[in-house]
Amino acid sequence: MNDLAPHKVATSRSLDIVMEGLAKRRKAELRFRAYGLISIIAALLFLLILFSSIISKGYSAFLYTNVALDITFDPQIIDPEGTRSSDALSGADYDALWKSAVYRLFPEVTDRQKKRALSGFVGSSAGQRLRAMVKAEPELIGTTRRVWLPVDDNIDMLAKGHLGEVSELNDRNRDSQGWLVTLQNQDRIRKAINQEFFTNGDSREPEAAGIWGAVSGSAFTLLVTIGLSLPIGIAAAIYLEEFASRDRWTDFIEVNINNLAAVPSIVFGLLGLAVFINIFGLPRSSPLVGGLVLTLMTLPVIIIAGRSALKSVPPSVREAALGIGASPAQMVFDHVLPLAMPGMLTGAIIGTARALGESAPLLMIGMVAFIVDVPTGLTSPATVLPVQIYLWADSPERAFVERTSAAIMVLLVFLIVMNGLAVYLRKRYERRW
Amino acid sequence: MTTYTASISMSDPNAEHYLLAPHERASPVKPREKATNVKFDRDHRETIGEYTSASARIRCRNVDVFYGEKPAVQDINLDIGNNQVIALIGPSGCGKSTFLRCLNRMNDTIQDCRVTGDISMDGKPIYGQDVDVVPLRAQVGMVFQKPNPFPKSIFENVAYGPRIHGLVNAKSELEEIVEKSLRRAGLWDEVKDRLAQPGTGLSGGQQQRLCIARTIAVNPEVILMDEPCSALDPIATAKIEQLIDELRELYTIVIVTHSMQQAARVSQRTAYFHLGHLIEVGETAQVFTHPQHQLTEDYITGRFG
Repeated sequence: MNDLAPHKVATSRSLDIVMEGLAKRRKAELRFRAYGLISIIAALLFLLILFSSIISKGYSAFLYTNVALDITFDPQIIDPEGTRSSDALSGADYDALWKSAVYRLFPEVTDRQKKRALSGFVGSSAGQRLRAMVKAEPELIGTTRRVWLPVDDNIDMLAKGHLGEVSELNDRNRDSQGWLVTLQNQDRIRKAINQEFFTNGDSREPEAAGIWGAVSGSAFTLLVTIGLSLPIGIAAAIYLEEFASRDRWTDFIEVNINNLAAVPSIVFGLLGLAVFINIFGLPRSSPLVGGLVLTLMTLPVIIIAGRSALKSVPPSVREAALGIGASPAQMVFDHVLPLAMPGMLTGAIIGTARALGESAPLLMIGMVAFIVDVPTGLTSPATVLPVQIYLWADSPERAFVERTSAAIMVLLVFLIVMNGLAVYLRKRYERRW
Repeated sequence: MTTYTASISMSDPNAEHYLLAPHERASPVKPREKATNVKFDRDHRETIGEYTSASARIRCRNVDVFYGEKPAVQDINLDIGNNQVIALIGPSGCGKSTFLRCLNRMNDTIQDCRVTGDISMDGKPIYGQDVDVVPLRAQVGMVFQKPNPFPKSIFENVAYGPRIHGLVNAKSELEEIVEKSLRRAGLWDEVKDRLAQPGTGLSGGQQQRLCIARTIAVNPEVILMDEPCSALDPIATAKIEQLIDELRELYTIVIVTHSMQQAARVSQRTAYFHLGHLIEVGETAQVFTHPQHQLTEDYITGRFG
């Protein structure tokens, strides 16, 4: 064993070399950890800034200023003929009721212009509220009640202090400010949950503009997207990964799927416009077409994630199943798919979350239109949350600023609920052994 | 000072021996005796010995296997006899596992793998156009090198095969088969109280016996074993070897192994593979004591491999 001598020398020397380099290695390690820590802190900081900016701007939109008015439900105005028929109750001039109530509060206002300004103190949805009250309870007619009604959006902004200091206000707003203070001193002003925001569709009037139309539009669109892209995507991934023969065609398809995942989403919108609306004649602006377009956009993501999840299932499981005589389909559905499912679901979550936040392709198929009605089905005109945010951010009224932020908060909650559900499902199907 | 010199000398004739784990060492190293039976030199490539068998279950004639253009196994002629254990031995990469996987067509799953020649089981060709691999694999079971239980419960692992093949009608029958298979695999006493626990939670040796139980639950006639003990310690290995010996009465077993002691202990016939060729086949005792081919002799005396 004459090789032992150099071996010993090499050992002691290499130990020295290792010790020498140790400090450098440790430093590199620490440096890398520091980079990681710094990037996570930076990310959290930006998230904090984003959230605090959105929440601080948006939380006030969930509350709305209401004013208490002593409404006299005058039978002469509501139902002069005394029929109490539904048509008569619906068609009455309810605005006259609250207008007279406001004038009674400020008898000193006689100037025509100021009276008009005073009539603008209460919001345009007050009449609808009164109509709903009377229709639900016709016995109210002929009585006088104190009713809380939403104020005009400008007064709401004044009350929330969004229009600045009193000295900066213009004449009209200064008058309104004076009335507001008077009413506050009489305990006739309070903030209540902004019902209109949660139950209405879009509106040009900020006090009547709500998020519900966009939320249900998003929900219908996502329903179509998930309903189509999940089964098609998973089936395509299984077929391509497990059953298709590896030849030039599969390679060609794979390249195309990877390319599709990188195509700008607006191109899918154009495709949807050309194919679904122009050729198939599906209704424009509908969640059905929106869902189809988003399905096209989501499919490549789900297929790619699904394939890599299937690839990561160890081949020994496949061999075990085949070895005792399972057919390829039994092997896939009994053993491979249950193991790949969590990974596939993760891909589906990423895909649908991206679809939920997408607005560009929907511009092309008319979902950017101003739609007042809350959609009731897959074919009724609708808009979605990101498009609603875009529309409100573009509106000039001051009250839309807080509504924009509030809509973003609703979108985030929507996302969190959806992802939470997906994580729950994934955990249920995940087998840790 | 910048380079580290490798210092185990490969010129040491016993180096290979020391690198092996103790239970894998063929025999204590002895100075090589002069071979007396060797009749064929190292360049001879035709199969030496009696490759046919009177009670042949599986008959292989002129089998070639290619991975793409590269031949992995060439011109194999071999019969697998009924109710006996045949051991396939040879250095790594000699094609014994490839050949083994031909016998239940597991090579079908490998891209670019091509098998030519005739392999027939009970007179019926298994590579025919109209042969369905599902009944073939139900008949020819396989145990793999690495224990690979399904990530399911112990019960499910064994019950899966009978269930997909429709061997049982009632739950009680299934439970009976599971118990019988686990008993035959010598695992029942260790797992009977935790059948609902995951099969992957067992020790390596137990996992491999679970895989054997899973294989015999389908009631196959031939069992292929691809180095079943290579990942196991000597105690687990001994248990599996004893199990193989017991199973021989009911099944025909083909076992690939790197351990020559194991081949000598469990098999009745031994086939020696070298670089894709079947070099020598014969009664185990005869192959190990009086090898007729120089390569066989080199291998079993530990000259290489």
